[in-house]
Amino acid sequence: MADLRSTFVGITSPNPFWLASAPPTDKAYNVNRAFEAGWGGVVWKTLGEEGPPIVNVNGKRYESLLSDQRRVIGFNNIELITDRPLQTNLAEIRQVKRDWPERALVVSLMVPCEEGAWKAILPMVEDTGCDGVELNFGCPHGMSERGMGSAVGQVPEYIEMVARWCKLYTRLPVIVKLTPNITDIRHPARAAKAGGADAVSLINTLNSVMGVDLRTMRMSPSVGPMGSHGGYCGPAVKPIALNMVAEIARDPATAGLPISGIGGITTWRDAAEFIALGAGNVQVCTAAMVYGFRIVQDLCDGLSNFMDEQAHASVADLVGLAVPSIVNWNQLNLNHIEKAVIDQDLCIQCGRCHVVCEDTSHQAITATKNGQRHFEVIEEECVGCNLCASICPVPGCISMKVLQPGQVDKRTGEVVSAEYANWTTHPNNPAHS
Amino acid sequence: MSMPSTPSDVAAGRLSQAEYARNFADAHPPLTAVQALLEAERCYYCFDAPCTTACPTGIDIPSFIARIAQGNLRGAARTILEENVLGGMCARVCPTEVLCEQACVRTTQEDKPVEIGLLQRHATDALMAKPGAPLFTRAAATGKRVAVVGAGPAGLACAHRLAMLGHSVMLFDAQPKLGGLNEYGIATYKTVDGFAQREVEWLLSIGGIEVQSNQRLGRDMQLDALVQGHDAVFLGVGLGGVNALGIDEPLPVRAAVDFIAELRQAASPADVPVGRRVLVIGGGMTAVDAAVQSKLLGAEEATIVYRRGPEAMSASGHEQQWAQTNGVLIRHWAAPQQLLVEGGQVRGVRFVRTRLDNGRLLQDGESFDLAADVVLKAIGQTLVPDALGPELRLQDGRIATDDSGRTSHPKVWAGGDCRAGGRDLTVEAVQHGKVAAIAIDRCLRQTVRA
Repeated sequence: MADLRSTFVGITSPNPFWLASAPPTDKAYNVNRAFEAGWGGVVWKTLGEEGPPIVNVNGKRYESLLSDQRRVIGFNNIELITDRPLQTNLAEIRQVKRDWPERALVVSLMVPCEEGAWKAILPMVEDTGCDGVELNFGCPHGMSERGMGSAVGQVPEYIEMVARWCKLYTRLPVIVKLTPNITDIRHPARAAKAGGADAVSLINTLNSVMGVDLRTMRMSPSVGPMGSHGGYCGPAVKPIALNMVAEIARDPATAGLPISGIGGITTWRDAAEFIALGAGNVQVCTAAMVYGFRIVQDLCDGLSNFMDEQAHASVADLVGLAVPSIVNWNQLNLNHIEKAVIDQDLCIQCGRCHVVCEDTSHQAITATKNGQRHFEVIEEECVGCNLCASICPVPGCISMKVLQPGQVDKRTGEVVSAEYANWTTHPNNPAHS
Repeated sequence: MSMPSTPSDVAAGRLSQAEYARNFADAHPPLTAVQALLEAERCYYCFDAPCTTACPTGIDIPSFIARIAQGNLRGAARTILEENVLGGMCARVCPTEVLCEQACVRTTQEDKPVEIGLLQRHATDALMAKPGAPLFTRAAATGKRVAVVGAGPAGLACAHRLAMLGHSVMLFDAQPKLGGLNEYGIATYKTVDGFAQREVEWLLSIGGIEVQSNQRLGRDMQLDALVQGHDAVFLGVGLGGVNALGIDEPLPVRAAVDFIAELRQAASPADVPVGRRVLVIGGGMTAVDAAVQSKLLGAEEATIVYRRGPEAMSASGHEQQWAQTNGVLIRHWAAPQQLLVEGGQVRGVRFVRTRLDNGRLLQDGESFDLAADVVLKAIGQTLVPDALGPELRLQDGRIATDDSGRTSHPKVWAGGDCRAGGRDLTVEAVQHGKVAAIAIDRCLRQTVRA
């Protein structure tokens, strides 16, 4: 078994899988079950300031987007921060950390954007013996109406200001959790760094309305006759999250800033992809809410076997390995030519590749050959777009073949060049001289 | 082998009511809503789908399945019924394993096709249960009158399409109930709860179809008169004759189709007598249905004897398995030689072993006797041509037509089992009726313009 131990901003955990701040980490009962199942750490569900706790709705808080075979691919929630008294949570955090000293226990916080509020809560949290704090600048529903959560995360100046207060009033590592409901994720990340934060975690949830009940003409999920937008997560948001993680990882202004990757992680492969794009560890919520805590065993096992097969000594060795592969579009090699190839032995003749290419792309796949149903790439038309391979129901049936320098691209009739040439040097580029 | 001397044992009421109920329940129970959704999601929505090509009526199968998956059952039913107005019955009786489901790309991929037949039943059952506004309406009346003779699958499909196209239809049938083989010829466990009659009622609800039952061609009416009294005639008269065994029948051997019809029309299966040992001679679906239903009625032994090997049986491999699963013994390579009769009762059949010699079937093997209380023949049915009159040209004993079903008489079309060149499938009969109706319509409209 590979060494999965993780150290993130000085916080150690037996594996890089933390439960994200969310319903699964709301109280000791759940967190104890999570640790029993093997989670490396948890971010305790967000605490608010002392006083009467917030109130949650007692109707629908969740709703899922399902793919075929009723797999959950998207998930929405309108639950607010913890609705239990602050002191109850603090007492439980203290006890859980004592019971599980080798697991990571980070506490998520959300209090008003006032220095006094942060100054008041941070010592109490630190006193529990927890390992760090995560500033919830991401929640897009409910609390944002009260000037907290994503309302802070959408204003880089606030992020920097609050991060700075936190670094002033606690010795604990400070992780800033970012909202994706923003145009350019690099700006809040830069602000967090400028404020002295030790790390960022992302993504929090995206604003979402799951649908409309067409019988009642009510949005869903609704609480009685009305609903309110929620926060969207689950496998469907993973590509959005990966892009944002990578944007921060490759931004020179934030280079080296530790990232805790969050967003639709369900399998070890998802986790490894976040880590390869710069995440030092990962956080999971939706998958646990869909399948239960034991998925962490499959996450650990899969990552471990992958690392053993690929001879990676530690999780840290994986971090950022794929970041150099991400560049701006204008750096892509325009001399690189690919053609789709359909494996006739694997083809089941559904014909979807043909019809989508014919209807929506380049008319580069046959439907018949000598009067027989037959799907074959017409290299004279194929631009190598990967649409057919992307929608083929048979794994491995359609692959993309890279033309080698010296070969002729039948579409253009030109010999493939070995030279790397991107848009910046292309004769069609008006900016090119 | 000597025949037992005990009296032949034929009796009704061999089983308890609970056993009858279980044995004659739906052979392939319908999908639940959840099962249908999960199954529908397996469809790949193929381009120019092979399943549609394999369907004799050309139902747009990927569309109807997508509509099930999208919770649009009415749209799914319309997609089915607009090509195959008897889509509900076909969902029950089609040999899908050699038609749409054989062609399904999932068969190629994982040897497990999408359950197209069961999905088709799901959609059509939903519509029959709650028809709502009429799915199909009639075009403006053309003033043309068409006689449809035979209210089996071909005649019903033809009548419905003609009515849709605005023609007035006179629908005749020799039997008291409409439906043809759907009502009289299909095993009870394939169409439970009076579905055949419910489907006919729904079909007729389009209007414009006047029904005359108990009217047999050649007895109660003549083709000449029908041709004179109508603008066109469609013949869907089926096969009224039963092939003979080709051996002496000192006692007439009962046709399996009659036994099947008796069971279908019985108020309860408990009323239908069945032998303790039943022998069915033949190799098609009728043989399978008769043998299986004999077992389900409480026969101790039901044996199908076929003169060739399993691959030559017109019952599909799936149907042969169904027979065997139900405890029917299938014996191959034997032909009947002599009906064994004793004391005025059938006691069994003497068979002779057969073999192929350069493609010719030789009956030169040893003989053996099989004891039986009931012997049924299921070796095919034939057209009774006398009723048709001399005008119609025949081909291989059935009515010769062109692709549209038009016979040698320019005002007469034919379809279903009585038409030459078919596979004797319900779904094919429906297609014949539909195609003929479209051809008749085109022909009558040309006449209008002329």
